[in-house]
Amino acid sequence: MNAPGTRPTRWLVTAPPTLFLLVFFLLPALIVVLASLRQPGEFGGLAPLTGLADLGAEAYRFLLDDIVYAEIFARSFVVAGLTTLICIVLAYPLAWLIARSPQKRRDLLVLLVILPFASNFLVRIYAWIMLLGPANLLYTPAAVIVGMVYVHLPFMILPLYTNLEKHDPALLEAAQDLGASAWTRFWRVTFPLSLPGIFSGSALVFIPVLGMFAVPELLGGTGDILIGNLIKEQFLDNRDWPLGSALSILLTVLVLLLAGITAWAARRGLHGTEAVS
Amino acid sequence: MALLEIRNVTRRFGALEAVKDVTLAIEAGEFFTLLGPSGCGKTTILRMIAGFDEPDAGDILLDGRPLTGIPPEQRPLHTVFQSYALFPHMTVAGNVAFPLETAGKPRDEIRRRVGEALALVYLTDKAESFPHELSGGQKQRVALARGLVNKPRLLLLDEPLGALDAKLRVEMQSELIQLQRDVGITFVFVTHAQQEALALSHRIAVMKDGRVEQCDEPDTLYTQPANRFVADFIGKINLIEVAVAAASKVLLTLDAPGLGQIAATDLRPLKAGERGAFALRPELVRVFGHKESADLKNRFEGRVRELLYLGDVTHYKIELANGFVIEALMPNAAPGRAKFHEVGDPVAVCWRHDAGVFLRA
Repeated sequence: MNAPGTRPTRWLVTAPPTLFLLVFFLLPALIVVLASLRQPGEFGGLAPLTGLADLGAEAYRFLLDDIVYAEIFARSFVVAGLTTLICIVLAYPLAWLIARSPQKRRDLLVLLVILPFASNFLVRIYAWIMLLGPANLLYTPAAVIVGMVYVHLPFMILPLYTNLEKHDPALLEAAQDLGASAWTRFWRVTFPLSLPGIFSGSALVFIPVLGMFAVPELLGGTGDILIGNLIKEQFLDNRDWPLGSALSILLTVLVLLLAGITAWAARRGLHGTEAVS
Repeated sequence: MALLEIRNVTRRFGALEAVKDVTLAIEAGEFFTLLGPSGCGKTTILRMIAGFDEPDAGDILLDGRPLTGIPPEQRPLHTVFQSYALFPHMTVAGNVAFPLETAGKPRDEIRRRVGEALALVYLTDKAESFPHELSGGQKQRVALARGLVNKPRLLLLDEPLGALDAKLRVEMQSELIQLQRDVGITFVFVTHAQQEALALSHRIAVMKDGRVEQCDEPDTLYTQPANRFVADFIGKINLIEVAVAAASKVLLTLDAPGLGQIAATDLRPLKAGERGAFALRPELVRVFGHKESADLKNRFEGRVRELLYLGDVTHYKIELANGFVIEALMPNAAPGRAKFHEVGDPVAVCWRHDAGVFLRA
């Protein structure tokens, strides 16, 4: 008898996605790593690889030597952080409202949150050009933040809503019964229990913002380019593939590092909230 | 003056009257129970005392002052919820400290009182555990410690033993009695389990359809039920349809159709011809061989229809001459006990004249 979870079944179920990720995620990532170590071609792209001597860390050295790149990285992380923070502040009351609505209205509200995805992303950004232009905000850092928040807000609302919806209303009643004011009930019960939702929402906003190039390109000024634009430029405009690859790898490593630190901090500070996450 | 007074309280939900003109007075130090089947309004009353619901009519007074309009967080009473509602992200100590923190107590006092409360419920060594690491009984005790730590005037308990298994329930019952005696705080307990209510309470209000049917001490409820509902809801009981044949000051003669006359006692002024039910607890019915003691009063012959041997007692169902099946509980350790009566055996049942009560229809 083959119960679900025995070896052959487990293999059958997990093999296709594993294979897919190996071929279309791990392999390309390794190709990018390799590309970052190669020489740029004379007419763009990559120089032919003749031997191990052709590999080197010149691209990385170049990046680390020029302060401009550090500045763009720093600016990107600030924009991502700010976007995440604004998303949390905007999404929280909305997610809470949806989670507290009657079941029927809840489904409708969730549908409204994801409705913007039904139209093309670029079209919606162009709409922002028309909105921000008359407000004299176009091509400013503020416009970039507005666009980033607009694009990523649903990715904060949905995980937060999923978390808040699972909160046991009896906990808030208990807190109230034990003397907690509305403010205390929020900060001592609702907020700590929603941290897992905030964390997953933040990951879904922070990381894509770092790689987003369309919003800064369309809404931002010349001084507002982020890592995403930089990488895109290396590949499409400058045609310096090793530099573009090195930028990508650097970004990936920094994000993984940040995610690791966050996960470690979360494990220490979030004890008990797994019960509702 | 009673600690808590519920005066003519009515609560409607749409067309449904969940609580109908209920009046109760709960004394300081009492273990008071609201008992009734689900939907009888007992939990609604509890929620109105806690402040999560307001009466549509009537008043709830604590120490003589109406609680109307005071939100739950400002009422000097705490609730132990059926689901315990422990905060999953706080340790046991954190949960118990919560009401002290909201009350703004100083840090060292909080630490001391949390320690005392945990000692009271034998959980000192679990102070740093999280709720999900505890067993059901332990969670229950944390909920009790959390409710008691800030010394509320009143502790409300909403079916707190409902989620525990049978054995643990009995253990927790003893612990609850001990705890209430130790802390001296008034308990208002809600349950649908009549045995639990009998075991724990000083007084019980039996509720049905939003009304209080009877409010008395457990033994009064059991031996002197006010009506059929109370008689039937609390414990097992035989209800024999009767009419009053004759009533003097104390002695009462009842006519049971097809059976004969039943002698009983009653202090109420009853009139001949009044209809009702004669309520008789099974453990007060004696069973013996059909040829024995033929001269006794309240002696009726019948046949054993069913018997359940339960170890300490044997539960008989005996069909009488008029077709009524009377239940009898015979202790198996009864002195002079000769034998079991088997199914089909002709037997006689008998009871003392003061064993049952007449319930007006």
